[in-house]
Amino acid sequence: MSTIVVSHTSRPRHARRWLDGVVLVIVLVALWQVLSELLGPTVVTTPWRTLLRAVRIVSDEDFPESLRVTSIAFGTAFLISAVGGVAAGLLLGARRLAGEVAEPLMMGFYSIPKVTLYPVVLLACGLGLWAKIVFGVIHGIIPIALFTMNAVRNMPPIYTRAAHTYRLGPAEFARHILLPACLPEVVAGLRIGFSLTLLGTLIGEMFASQSGIGRLLMIAMNRNETSTIMALALMLFVFATVVNLLFLGWQKRLAHDS
Amino acid sequence: MSVAARWRIGIVVAFVALLELVTRMAWINPVSFIPPSAMAASAWNLLVSGQYTTDILQTLGTALLAVLLAAVFGFIGGVMLFRLPRLRRVLDPLLLSYYAVPVFVLYPILIVLFGLNRWPLVGIGFIFAVVAMAVNTLNGLERVPRVMLRTARVCRMSTFEEIRLITLPASLPYVFTGIKLTVVYAFIAVVAGEFVLSGSGFGYQIAFAYNAFDNPTMYGLMLLMLVFVGTLNGLLRAAETRLYRRIRREAV
Repeated sequence: MSTIVVSHTSRPRHARRWLDGVVLVIVLVALWQVLSELLGPTVVTTPWRTLLRAVRIVSDEDFPESLRVTSIAFGTAFLISAVGGVAAGLLLGARRLAGEVAEPLMMGFYSIPKVTLYPVVLLACGLGLWAKIVFGVIHGIIPIALFTMNAVRNMPPIYTRAAHTYRLGPAEFARHILLPACLPEVVAGLRIGFSLTLLGTLIGEMFASQSGIGRLLMIAMNRNETSTIMALALMLFVFATVVNLLFLGWQKRLAHDS
Repeated sequence: MSVAARWRIGIVVAFVALLELVTRMAWINPVSFIPPSAMAASAWNLLVSGQYTTDILQTLGTALLAVLLAAVFGFIGGVMLFRLPRLRRVLDPLLLSYYAVPVFVLYPILIVLFGLNRWPLVGIGFIFAVVAMAVNTLNGLERVPRVMLRTARVCRMSTFEEIRLITLPASLPYVFTGIKLTVVYAFIAVVAGEFVLSGSGFGYQIAFAYNAFDNPTMYGLMLLMLVFVGTLNGLLRAAETRLYRRIRREAV
Protein backbone atom coordinates (compact mmCIF):
# COMPACT_ATOMS: atom_id res chain seq x y z
CA MET A 1 0.00 0.00 0.00
CA SER A 2 2.79 2.34 0.85
CA THR A 3 4.23 2.05 -2.66
CA ILE A 4 0.93 3.18 -4.12
CA VAL A 5 0.88 6.17 -1.81
CA VAL A 6 4.44 7.10 -2.72
CA SER A 7 3.85 6.87 -6.46
CA HIS A 8 0.69 8.85 -6.04
CA THR A 9 2.33 11.78 -4.25
CA SER A 10 5.44 11.96 -6.42
CA ARG A 11 4.01 14.41 -8.95
CA PRO A 12 2.37 16.84 -6.54
CA ARG A 13 5.56 16.84 -4.47
CA HIS A 14 7.53 18.08 -7.44
CA ALA A 15 4.93 20.78 -8.00
CA ARG A 16 5.04 21.68 -4.33
CA ARG A 17 8.78 22.22 -4.46
CA TRP A 18 8.24 24.76 -7.22
CA LEU A 19 5.56 26.36 -5.12
CA ASP A 20 7.95 26.55 -2.17
CA GLY A 21 10.48 28.36 -4.33
CA VAL A 22 7.85 30.83 -5.49
CA VAL A 23 6.70 31.39 -1.89
CA LEU A 24 10.29 32.03 -0.81
CA VAL A 25 10.89 34.59 -3.56
CA ILE A 26 7.59 36.36 -2.86
CA VAL A 27 8.30 36.52 0.88
CA LEU A 28 11.81 37.88 0.29
CA VAL A 29 10.55 40.56 -2.10
CA ALA A 30 7.76 41.49 0.32
CA LEU A 31 10.27 41.79 3.19
CA TRP A 32 12.45 43.96 1.00
CA GLN A 33 9.48 46.19 0.13
CA VAL A 34 8.50 46.55 3.81
CA LEU A 35 12.10 47.36 4.74
CA SER A 36 12.32 50.09 2.11
CA GLU A 37 8.96 51.53 3.23
CA LEU A 38 10.20 51.62 6.82
CA LEU A 39 13.63 53.08 6.18
CA GLY A 40 12.81 55.31 3.24
CA PRO A 41 13.66 54.80 -0.43
CA THR A 42 16.98 56.69 -0.16
CA VAL A 43 18.35 54.08 2.26
CA VAL A 44 16.85 50.92 0.79
CA THR A 45 15.61 51.20 -2.78
CA THR A 46 12.31 49.48 -3.50
CA PRO A 47 12.48 46.22 -5.47
CA TRP A 48 10.79 47.73 -8.52
CA ARG A 49 13.13 50.76 -8.61
CA THR A 50 16.12 48.46 -8.19
CA LEU A 51 14.97 46.40 -11.14
CA LEU A 52 14.56 49.53 -13.27
CA ARG A 53 18.00 50.69 -12.20
CA ALA A 54 19.47 47.27 -13.07
CA VAL A 55 17.95 47.52 -16.55
CA ARG A 56 19.45 51.01 -16.92
CA ILE A 57 22.89 49.76 -15.88
CA VAL A 58 22.74 46.84 -18.28
CA SER A 59 21.69 49.04 -21.20
CA ASP A 60 24.49 51.52 -20.45
CA GLU A 61 27.09 51.55 -23.23
CA ASP A 62 30.02 50.99 -20.86
CA PHE A 63 28.46 47.93 -19.30
CA PRO A 64 29.43 45.26 -21.87
CA GLU A 65 33.08 46.28 -21.47
CA SER A 66 32.89 46.01 -17.66
CA LEU A 67 31.18 42.66 -17.93
CA ARG A 68 33.79 41.41 -20.39
CA VAL A 69 36.71 42.45 -18.16
CA THR A 70 35.18 40.85 -15.09
CA SER A 71 34.22 37.70 -16.98
CA ILE A 72 37.75 37.20 -18.28
CA ALA A 73 39.29 37.66 -14.84
CA PHE A 74 36.69 35.51 -13.11
CA GLY A 75 36.69 32.80 -15.77
CA THR A 76 40.46 32.42 -15.66
CA ALA A 77 40.49 32.46 -11.86
CA PHE A 78 37.79 29.81 -11.62
CA LEU A 79 39.47 27.62 -14.22
CA ILE A 80 42.76 27.76 -12.31
CA SER A 81 41.00 27.16 -8.98
CA ALA A 82 39.04 24.22 -10.34
CA VAL A 83 41.91 22.45 -12.10
CA GLY A 84 44.49 23.26 -9.42
CA GLY A 85 42.14 22.50 -6.53
CA VAL A 86 40.99 19.16 -7.92
CA ALA A 87 44.55 18.10 -8.80
CA ALA A 88 45.86 19.08 -5.37
CA GLY A 89 42.90 17.41 -3.66
CA LEU A 90 43.39 14.14 -5.55
CA LEU A 91 47.09 14.11 -4.76
CA LEU A 92 46.65 14.96 -1.07
CA GLY A 93 43.81 12.49 -0.70
CA ALA A 94 45.75 9.63 -2.27
CA ARG A 95 48.91 10.27 -0.24
CA ARG A 96 47.74 9.90 3.35
CA LEU A 97 50.70 11.57 5.07
CA ALA A 98 50.74 14.53 2.67
CA GLY A 99 47.04 15.04 3.32
CA GLU A 100 47.47 14.96 7.09
CA VAL A 101 50.32 17.45 6.83
CA ALA A 102 48.47 19.81 4.54
CA GLU A 103 44.93 19.78 5.94
CA PRO A 104 45.43 21.97 9.04
CA LEU A 105 47.60 24.34 7.01
CA MET A 106 44.85 24.71 4.44
CA MET A 107 42.17 25.10 7.10
CA GLY A 108 44.28 27.79 8.71
CA PHE A 109 44.68 29.61 5.44
CA TYR A 110 40.97 29.27 4.76
CA SER A 111 40.10 30.93 8.07
CA ILE A 112 42.21 34.07 7.75
CA PRO A 113 40.67 37.27 6.38
CA LYS A 114 42.35 37.09 2.99
CA VAL A 115 41.23 40.58 2.01
CA THR A 116 44.03 41.98 4.12
CA LEU A 117 46.57 40.04 2.05
CA TYR A 118 45.51 42.04 -0.98
CA PRO A 119 48.44 44.49 -0.74
CA VAL A 120 50.90 41.57 -0.96
CA VAL A 121 49.17 40.22 -4.06
CA LEU A 122 49.18 43.66 -5.60
CA LEU A 123 52.85 44.21 -4.84
CA ALA A 124 53.71 40.80 -6.28
CA CYS A 125 51.57 40.95 -9.43
CA GLY A 126 51.29 44.66 -10.12
CA LEU A 127 48.13 46.51 -10.99
CA GLY A 128 46.06 44.67 -13.53
CA LEU A 129 44.45 41.46 -14.61
CA TRP A 130 46.76 39.04 -12.80
CA ALA A 131 46.27 40.60 -9.38
CA LYS A 132 42.53 40.00 -9.72
CA ILE A 133 43.00 36.44 -10.95
CA VAL A 134 45.48 35.53 -8.21
CA PHE A 135 43.17 37.03 -5.61
CA GLY A 136 40.23 35.02 -6.93
CA VAL A 137 42.32 31.85 -6.94
CA ILE A 138 43.52 32.19 -3.34
CA HIS A 139 39.89 32.50 -2.27
CA GLY A 140 38.52 29.64 -4.31
CA ILE A 141 41.19 26.95 -4.53
CA ILE A 142 41.23 25.85 -0.85
CA PRO A 143 37.61 24.67 -0.49
CA ILE A 144 37.81 22.79 -3.79
CA ALA A 145 40.99 21.05 -2.67
CA LEU A 146 39.53 20.23 0.78
CA PHE A 147 36.31 18.75 -0.63
CA THR A 148 38.21 16.67 -3.21
CA MET A 149 40.67 15.44 -0.59
CA ASN A 150 37.90 14.27 1.73
CA ALA A 151 36.14 12.55 -1.16
CA VAL A 152 39.29 10.58 -2.05
CA ARG A 153 39.81 9.61 1.59
CA ASN A 154 36.27 8.28 1.89
CA MET A 155 36.49 6.27 -1.33
CA PRO A 156 35.93 2.52 -0.84
CA PRO A 157 39.39 0.89 -0.66
CA ILE A 158 38.30 -1.85 -3.04
CA TYR A 159 38.54 0.62 -5.94
CA THR A 160 42.22 1.11 -5.20
CA ARG A 161 42.76 -2.62 -5.09
CA ALA A 162 40.96 -3.06 -8.39
CA ALA A 163 43.21 -0.40 -9.91
CA HIS A 164 46.23 -2.32 -8.60
CA THR A 165 44.94 -5.49 -10.19
CA TYR A 166 44.63 -3.75 -13.55
CA ARG A 167 48.09 -2.23 -13.07
CA LEU A 168 46.93 1.28 -13.82
CA GLY A 169 49.51 4.06 -13.85
CA PRO A 170 49.03 7.09 -11.60
CA ALA A 171 47.52 9.23 -14.38
CA GLU A 172 45.15 6.47 -15.51
CA PHE A 173 44.24 5.78 -11.89
CA ALA A 174 43.32 9.43 -11.38
CA ARG A 175 41.38 9.62 -14.61
CA HIS A 176 39.45 6.32 -14.56
CA ILE A 177 39.04 5.60 -10.84
CA LEU A 178 39.58 8.62 -8.59
CA LEU A 179 37.78 11.31 -10.54
CA PRO A 180 34.59 9.36 -11.36
CA ALA A 181 34.37 8.00 -7.81
CA CYS A 182 34.73 11.42 -6.24
CA LEU A 183 32.73 13.46 -8.73
CA PRO A 184 29.70 14.31 -6.53
CA GLU A 185 31.96 15.67 -3.78
CA VAL A 186 34.13 17.47 -6.31
CA VAL A 187 31.03 19.18 -7.69
CA ALA A 188 30.06 20.22 -4.16
CA GLY A 189 33.53 21.72 -3.74
CA LEU A 190 33.27 23.51 -7.09
CA ARG A 191 29.92 24.94 -5.99
CA ILE A 192 31.46 26.55 -2.91
CA GLY A 193 34.66 27.47 -4.73
CA PHE A 194 32.67 29.20 -7.45
CA SER A 195 31.17 31.79 -5.11
CA LEU A 196 34.42 32.38 -3.25
CA THR A 197 36.32 32.88 -6.49
CA LEU A 198 33.64 35.34 -7.61
CA LEU A 199 33.93 37.20 -4.31
CA GLY A 200 37.73 37.29 -4.52
CA THR A 201 37.71 38.58 -8.08
CA LEU A 202 35.14 41.26 -7.22
CA ILE A 203 37.06 42.44 -4.16
CA GLY A 204 40.20 42.53 -6.26
CA GLU A 205 38.41 44.74 -8.76
CA MET A 206 37.06 47.01 -6.05
CA PHE A 207 40.55 48.05 -5.01
CA ALA A 208 42.71 48.11 -8.03
CA SER A 209 41.18 48.16 -11.42
CA GLN A 210 40.22 50.56 -14.15
CA SER A 211 37.12 48.67 -15.22
CA GLY A 212 34.85 45.82 -14.27
CA ILE A 213 31.83 45.14 -12.10
CA GLY A 214 33.80 45.55 -8.88
CA ARG A 215 34.91 49.00 -10.02
CA LEU A 216 31.30 50.00 -10.74
CA LEU A 217 30.46 48.86 -7.21
CA MET A 218 33.30 50.90 -5.72
CA ILE A 219 32.31 54.05 -7.66
CA ALA A 220 28.72 53.66 -6.48
CA MET A 221 29.98 53.20 -2.90
CA ASN A 222 32.05 56.38 -3.06
CA ARG A 223 29.15 58.35 -4.56
CA ASN A 224 26.75 56.85 -2.02
CA GLU A 225 24.38 55.71 -4.79
CA THR A 226 22.26 53.16 -3.02
CA SER A 227 20.17 52.27 -6.04
CA THR A 228 23.24 51.34 -8.10
CA ILE A 229 24.76 49.30 -5.27
CA MET A 230 21.53 47.42 -4.78
CA ALA A 231 21.00 46.85 -8.48
CA LEU A 232 24.53 45.43 -8.86
CA ALA A 233 24.12 43.33 -5.70
CA LEU A 234 20.82 42.00 -7.03
CA MET A 235 22.40 41.04 -10.35
CA LEU A 236 25.27 39.28 -8.61
CA PHE A 237 22.88 37.48 -6.26
CA VAL A 238 20.72 36.26 -9.11
CA PHE A 239 23.74 35.14 -11.14
CA ALA A 240 25.34 33.33 -8.19
CA THR A 241 22.07 31.69 -7.18
CA VAL A 242 21.32 30.45 -10.69
CA VAL A 243 24.80 28.96 -11.08
CA ASN A 244 24.50 27.47 -7.61
CA LEU A 245 21.19 25.83 -8.48
CA LEU A 246 22.75 24.41 -11.65
CA PHE A 247 25.62 22.94 -9.62
CA LEU A 248 23.11 21.56 -7.11
CA GLY A 249 21.11 19.96 -9.90
CA TRP A 250 24.26 18.37 -11.29
CA GLN A 251 25.20 17.13 -7.83
CA LYS A 252 21.75 15.59 -7.34
CA ARG A 253 21.86 13.86 -10.68
CA LEU A 254 25.28 12.39 -9.91
CA ALA A 255 24.13 11.19 -6.49
CA HIS A 256 21.06 9.69 -8.17
CA ASP A 257 23.15 7.85 -10.76
CA SER A 258 25.41 6.19 -8.23
CA MET B 1 54.05 14.49 18.44
CA SER B 2 52.86 12.77 15.30
CA VAL B 3 54.86 12.45 12.11
CA ALA B 4 52.42 14.71 10.28
CA ALA B 5 52.76 17.48 12.88
CA ARG B 6 56.55 17.31 12.64
CA TRP B 7 56.39 17.53 8.84
CA ARG B 8 54.02 20.45 9.10
CA ILE B 9 56.32 22.41 11.39
CA GLY B 10 59.24 21.54 9.14
CA ILE B 11 57.43 22.85 6.08
CA VAL B 12 56.44 26.11 7.76
CA VAL B 13 59.98 26.67 9.08
CA ALA B 14 61.49 25.86 5.68
CA PHE B 15 59.07 28.23 3.98
CA VAL B 16 59.89 31.08 6.35
CA ALA B 17 63.62 30.40 5.99
CA LEU B 18 63.30 30.41 2.21
CA LEU B 19 61.47 33.75 2.31
CA GLU B 20 64.16 35.13 4.57
CA LEU B 21 66.91 33.97 2.24
CA VAL B 22 65.17 35.20 -0.89
CA THR B 23 64.51 38.66 0.54
CA ARG B 24 67.91 39.02 2.22
CA MET B 25 69.68 38.16 -1.01
CA ALA B 26 67.34 40.62 -2.77
CA TRP B 27 66.23 38.01 -5.34
CA ILE B 28 62.79 39.48 -5.07
CA ASN B 29 62.29 43.18 -4.51
CA PRO B 30 63.08 43.81 -0.81
CA VAL B 31 61.05 47.03 -0.80
CA SER B 32 57.79 45.32 -1.69
CA PHE B 33 58.44 42.17 0.32
CA ILE B 34 60.41 42.55 3.54
CA PRO B 35 62.20 39.62 5.27
CA PRO B 36 60.15 37.62 7.81
CA SER B 37 62.55 38.55 10.61
CA ALA B 38 61.91 42.23 9.90
CA MET B 39 58.17 41.51 9.88
CA ALA B 40 58.41 39.83 13.28
CA ALA B 41 60.47 42.72 14.67
CA SER B 42 57.95 45.21 13.33
CA ALA B 43 55.03 43.22 14.73
CA TRP B 44 56.70 43.10 18.15
CA ASN B 45 57.36 46.85 18.09
CA LEU B 46 53.76 47.57 17.13
CA LEU B 47 52.53 45.41 19.96
CA VAL B 48 54.88 46.94 22.53
CA SER B 49 54.40 50.54 21.46
CA GLY B 50 50.66 50.28 22.11
CA GLN B 51 49.96 52.49 19.13
CA TYR B 52 47.41 50.07 17.69
CA THR B 53 45.98 48.69 20.91
CA THR B 54 42.72 50.62 20.56
CA ASP B 55 42.25 49.44 16.99
CA ILE B 56 42.93 45.84 17.91
CA LEU B 57 40.53 45.99 20.83
CA GLN B 58 37.91 47.67 18.67
CA THR B 59 38.12 44.94 16.06
CA LEU B 60 37.99 42.22 18.71
CA GLY B 61 35.00 43.88 20.39
CA THR B 62 33.13 44.22 17.10
CA ALA B 63 33.84 40.63 16.12
CA LEU B 64 32.83 39.42 19.59
CA LEU B 65 29.50 41.25 19.42
CA ALA B 66 28.85 39.82 15.96
CA VAL B 67 29.74 36.32 17.20
CA LEU B 68 27.42 36.61 20.20
CA LEU B 69 24.50 37.86 18.11
CA ALA B 70 25.09 35.29 15.39
CA ALA B 71 25.44 32.41 17.87
CA VAL B 72 22.26 33.30 19.76
CA PHE B 73 20.11 34.05 16.71
CA GLY B 74 21.63 31.19 14.71
CA PHE B 75 20.82 28.77 17.51
CA ILE B 76 17.26 30.04 17.79
CA GLY B 77 16.94 29.86 14.01
CA GLY B 78 18.26 26.30 13.97
CA VAL B 79 15.77 25.21 16.64
CA MET B 80 12.92 26.88 14.75
CA LEU B 81 13.91 25.20 11.50
CA PHE B 82 13.97 21.87 13.33
CA ARG B 83 10.57 22.43 14.90
CA LEU B 84 8.83 23.76 11.80
CA PRO B 85 9.48 21.42 8.85
CA ARG B 86 7.25 23.53 6.61
CA LEU B 87 9.43 26.60 7.21
CA ARG B 88 12.48 24.50 6.63
CA ARG B 89 11.23 23.21 3.30
CA VAL B 90 10.61 26.74 2.09
CA LEU B 91 13.97 28.05 3.33
CA ASP B 92 16.01 25.05 2.17
CA PRO B 93 17.11 26.53 -1.19
CA LEU B 94 18.11 29.72 0.60
CA LEU B 95 20.21 27.82 3.15
CA LEU B 96 21.86 25.73 0.43
CA SER B 97 22.82 28.70 -1.72
CA TYR B 98 23.50 31.20 1.05
CA TYR B 99 27.27 30.84 0.98
CA ALA B 100 27.26 30.59 -2.79
CA VAL B 101 26.28 34.24 -2.99
CA PRO B 102 28.81 36.99 -2.35
CA VAL B 103 26.97 38.34 0.70
CA PHE B 104 29.78 40.79 1.17
CA VAL B 105 28.32 43.15 -1.47
CA LEU B 106 25.66 43.98 1.14
CA TYR B 107 28.28 45.82 3.18
CA PRO B 108 27.90 49.15 1.31
CA ILE B 109 24.14 48.97 1.85
CA LEU B 110 24.70 48.43 5.57
CA ILE B 111 26.93 51.51 5.63
CA VAL B 112 24.13 53.56 4.09
CA LEU B 113 21.76 52.02 6.61
CA PHE B 114 23.77 52.54 9.81
CA GLY B 115 26.25 55.25 8.87
CA LEU B 116 30.03 54.92 8.90
CA ASN B 117 30.55 53.51 12.40
CA ARG B 118 30.97 50.08 14.00
CA TRP B 119 27.41 48.88 13.42
CA PRO B 120 27.70 47.99 9.72
CA LEU B 121 30.70 45.84 10.68
CA VAL B 122 28.71 44.06 13.37
CA GLY B 123 25.94 43.67 10.81
CA ILE B 124 28.11 42.15 8.08
CA GLY B 125 29.79 39.85 10.63
CA PHE B 126 26.37 38.75 11.82
CA ILE B 127 24.97 38.21 8.32
CA PHE B 128 28.05 36.25 7.30
CA ALA B 129 28.06 34.00 10.37
CA VAL B 130 24.46 33.43 11.37
CA VAL B 131 23.52 30.91 8.69
CA ALA B 132 26.52 28.68 9.45
CA MET B 133 25.36 28.59 13.07
CA ALA B 134 21.75 27.83 12.13
CA VAL B 135 22.69 25.05 9.70
CA ASN B 136 25.05 23.39 12.17
CA THR B 137 22.49 23.63 14.97
CA LEU B 138 19.92 22.01 12.72
CA ASN B 139 22.43 19.33 11.80
CA GLY B 140 23.10 18.66 15.49
CA LEU B 141 19.43 18.58 16.46
CA GLU B 142 18.72 16.04 13.75
CA ARG B 143 21.25 13.73 15.33
CA VAL B 144 19.73 13.82 18.80
CA PRO B 145 18.49 10.27 19.41
CA ARG B 146 14.70 10.04 19.24
CA VAL B 147 14.55 8.14 22.52
CA MET B 148 15.95 11.13 24.40
CA LEU B 149 13.26 13.43 23.01
CA ARG B 150 10.65 10.87 24.00
CA THR B 151 12.11 10.74 27.50
CA ALA B 152 11.78 14.50 27.65
CA ARG B 153 8.12 14.19 26.78
CA VAL B 154 7.62 11.45 29.36
CA CYS B 155 9.13 13.74 31.99
CA ARG B 156 6.80 16.50 30.81
CA MET B 157 9.59 19.01 30.30
CA SER B 158 8.77 22.44 29.00
CA THR B 159 10.29 23.50 25.68
CA PHE B 160 12.95 25.52 27.43
CA GLU B 161 13.87 22.72 29.83
CA GLU B 162 14.01 20.27 26.98
CA ILE B 163 16.48 22.44 25.10
CA ARG B 164 18.60 23.07 28.19
CA LEU B 165 18.67 19.52 29.56
CA ILE B 166 18.33 17.27 26.52
CA THR B 167 18.80 18.89 23.13
CA LEU B 168 21.74 21.15 23.83
CA PRO B 169 23.96 18.62 25.63
CA ALA B 170 23.18 15.93 23.05
CA SER B 171 23.97 18.12 20.06
CA LEU B 172 26.84 20.01 21.66
CA PRO B 173 29.69 19.03 19.29
CA TYR B 174 27.70 20.08 16.23
CA VAL B 175 26.62 23.29 17.90
CA PHE B 176 30.26 23.88 18.76
CA THR B 177 31.26 23.40 15.13
CA GLY B 178 28.69 26.10 14.39
CA ILE B 179 30.26 28.39 16.97
CA LYS B 180 33.71 27.75 15.55
CA LEU B 181 32.55 28.69 12.07
CA THR B 182 30.74 31.69 13.51
CA VAL B 183 33.97 32.97 15.07
CA VAL B 184 35.95 32.41 11.87
CA TYR B 185 33.34 33.95 9.57
CA ALA B 186 32.58 36.92 11.82
CA PHE B 187 36.28 37.73 12.08
CA ILE B 188 36.77 37.45 8.32
CA ALA B 189 33.78 39.69 7.62
CA VAL B 190 34.67 42.32 10.22
CA VAL B 191 38.30 42.66 9.15
CA ALA B 192 37.35 42.63 5.47
CA GLY B 193 34.75 45.32 6.08
CA GLU B 194 37.26 47.45 7.93
CA PHE B 195 39.71 47.00 5.11
CA VAL B 196 37.24 48.05 2.44
CA LEU B 197 35.66 51.05 4.11
CA SER B 198 35.75 52.19 7.73
CA GLY B 199 37.39 54.74 9.98
CA SER B 200 39.26 52.57 12.46
CA GLY B 201 40.15 49.02 13.40
CA PHE B 202 42.69 46.41 12.45
CA GLY B 203 41.74 46.03 8.80
CA TYR B 204 41.59 49.80 8.41
CA GLN B 205 45.12 50.19 9.79
CA ILE B 206 46.47 47.60 7.34
CA ALA B 207 44.79 49.44 4.47
CA PHE B 208 46.08 52.76 5.82
CA ALA B 209 49.67 51.52 6.10
CA TYR B 210 49.40 50.08 2.60
CA ASN B 211 48.16 53.34 1.14
CA ALA B 212 50.96 55.21 2.93
CA PHE B 213 53.60 52.80 1.48
CA ASP B 214 54.52 51.97 5.08
CA ASN B 215 55.42 48.36 4.31
CA PRO B 216 57.07 47.42 7.65
CA THR B 217 53.93 48.46 9.55
CA MET B 218 51.69 46.75 7.02
CA TYR B 219 53.54 43.45 7.20
CA GLY B 220 53.83 43.72 10.98
CA LEU B 221 50.06 44.13 11.31
CA MET B 222 49.44 41.29 8.86
CA LEU B 223 51.73 39.00 10.83
CA LEU B 224 49.95 39.89 14.08
CA MET B 225 46.64 39.07 12.44
CA LEU B 226 47.91 35.78 11.02
CA VAL B 227 49.31 34.70 14.37
CA PHE B 228 46.15 35.69 16.20
CA VAL B 229 43.75 33.97 13.80
CA GLY B 230 46.02 30.93 13.58
CA THR B 231 46.12 30.55 17.36
CA LEU B 232 42.37 31.07 17.72
CA ASN B 233 41.68 28.55 14.99
CA GLY B 234 44.05 26.00 16.52
CA LEU B 235 42.43 26.30 19.96
CA LEU B 236 38.92 25.97 18.54
CA ARG B 237 39.94 22.94 16.50
CA ALA B 238 41.52 21.25 19.50
CA ALA B 239 38.38 21.81 21.61
CA GLU B 240 36.21 20.54 18.77
CA THR B 241 38.23 17.33 18.33
CA ARG B 242 37.93 16.65 22.06
CA LEU B 243 34.17 17.11 22.03
CA TYR B 244 33.71 14.75 19.09
CA ARG B 245 36.01 12.18 20.67
CA ARG B 246 33.90 12.21 23.82
CA ILE B 247 30.73 11.59 21.82
CA ARG B 248 32.32 8.71 19.97
CA ARG B 249 33.51 7.16 23.22
CA GLU B 250 30.00 7.36 24.65
CA ALA B 251 28.54 5.79 21.56
CA VAL B 252 30.86 2.77 21.78
